[in-house]
Amino acid sequence: MTTSMDETRIRTEGLNLFYGPKQALKSVSVDLKKSRVTALIGPSGCGKSTFLRALNRMNDLIDDVHVEGKVLIEGVDIYDPKVDVVELRKRVGMIFQKSNPFPKSIYENVAYGPRINGVNDRSKLDEMVERSLRQAALWDEVKDDLTKSGLALSGGQQQRLCIARAMAVNPEILLMDEPASALDPIATAKIEELIYQLKSTYTIVIVTHNMQQAARVSDDTAFFYLGELIEMDETKKMFTAPSKKQTEDYVTGRFG
Amino acid sequence: MRNAPWLGTLTVVGSGAAALTIILLVVVVMANILIGGWDTLSWEFLSAAPTEGMTAGGVFPAIVGTFLRVILMSIVGVPIGAITAIYLSEYASQRSIFARFIRFAVNTLAGVPAIVFGLFGLGFFIQFVGGGMDRAFGDGVELRWAQPNLLWASLTMALMTLPVVIVSVEEAMRNVPRELREASLALGASRWQTVYKVVLPNSITGLLTGGVLAVSRGAGEVAPILFTGAAYFLPHLPNSLSDQFMELGYHIYVMSTQSPDVEATMGIQYATTLVLLLLTFSLNFAAVYLRYRMRKRAIA
Repeated sequence: MTTSMDETRIRTEGLNLFYGPKQALKSVSVDLKKSRVTALIGPSGCGKSTFLRALNRMNDLIDDVHVEGKVLIEGVDIYDPKVDVVELRKRVGMIFQKSNPFPKSIYENVAYGPRINGVNDRSKLDEMVERSLRQAALWDEVKDDLTKSGLALSGGQQQRLCIARAMAVNPEILLMDEPASALDPIATAKIEELIYQLKSTYTIVIVTHNMQQAARVSDDTAFFYLGELIEMDETKKMFTAPSKKQTEDYVTGRFG
Repeated sequence: MRNAPWLGTLTVVGSGAAALTIILLVVVVMANILIGGWDTLSWEFLSAAPTEGMTAGGVFPAIVGTFLRVILMSIVGVPIGAITAIYLSEYASQRSIFARFIRFAVNTLAGVPAIVFGLFGLGFFIQFVGGGMDRAFGDGVELRWAQPNLLWASLTMALMTLPVVIVSVEEAMRNVPRELREASLALGASRWQTVYKVVLPNSITGLLTGGVLAVSRGAGEVAPILFTGAAYFLPHLPNSLSDQFMELGYHIYVMSTQSPDVEATMGIQYATTLVLLLLTFSLNFAAVYLRYRMRKRAIA
């Protein structure tokens, strides 16, 4: 990566998203930068998760979703009919709110992505599994029982396993949908530290309900309300001197 | 309604009696068959062919016929049913007209009486398909496919048991958590890879249950094979798809209604019924066990 810190990786232009007749996103235009962590905040139902899932077209799985406007990743509109969704999702990884390891061994969980990409060479898989688990700061805890079921791990370990699994396909972007909301404070701290370490390699977009978490982990923050992007700026500024009244009310806990 | 104390007592007594009737019914039926058939049931009975105009000997050819029919039926019916279930559960949108139409067809198929399937098999498979095959490949004189045989009987049974397979496999696939599908798709797996590597392995017990339920339903049915393949008596075992075959259920029917001396074959009838019941019971038990395992795993 030879680009400057400020280069745009994801840009949305007038993004509207409808679930049937209900509009969930209203003309969202935003630039998300490389090598930065962007936090999406806002009250429940404000559209931040919907926005996140629009970035790797996970909303496609729901019946009756209709999208207008553009989502450009590296300048390419991902809603263009010519775009291969499967390829897109390899480049844009996703971590879900509820950790969802496959009912397989730790090793097979991480090897899942490489395997579907046709990697079958054992030594190559070994290497990818180790690298991903190390990146997810899980290797030292599980290296001796890689054959153990992924479901036998603790909640925090499961979530880091999911992060390792996502990283094994070498995405450029990681989308995280409240990745720590179901975890205890210690596990949460580990995930946050991990996010901090990963941001040099990945563009990270994280949805969070937790203001302190947004303030701790993110460089930029976007505030959504009722499907609209109210304000987006550097996190420091958003939490100290937001330019919109609604943002200030929300970050100071006056509503939400 | 006023709360009368006698109403409560009546409910308890009434429902208790009803439940007891069911249990009693099962016990009486089973005891009757067990007592009647026990003396005749022997290794020889299971392994020998009927002799002396079916008044003596065993039911080996009928067991073989039942097994062959059930296996062929599963080879055809389970894959088609499973693929339909995969389509309904994984590919079709819930509001798609086509999927609704399939569901409607499956439900209708499930309600069609067995004898109608038999007639359909006779009209479609034997006369239409078989007749066509004979005209195309035969010498024009000898009937080879346009007559009842193992293949047509098995296909007819496969059609009849299709709804059972579809419903139980689809249910098993729906039990696979959505989160696992999303995890797979988010890693860049295609829909088919997700089905093949995540959904199917996690619903394999459901698939097996569907298969076993279909087999146990199919093994006990006689009506669909009356016109499509079952034989009264055959001196040899079937050795081709175009052969007729003997079958347990049909054998019971034949011996209790068509035999020259019904009284003399009483023991054989009982024992044959016992064999058929044991077969379907053990299959049902296997299905229940698989389902239990599946539920337990779904909760864990």
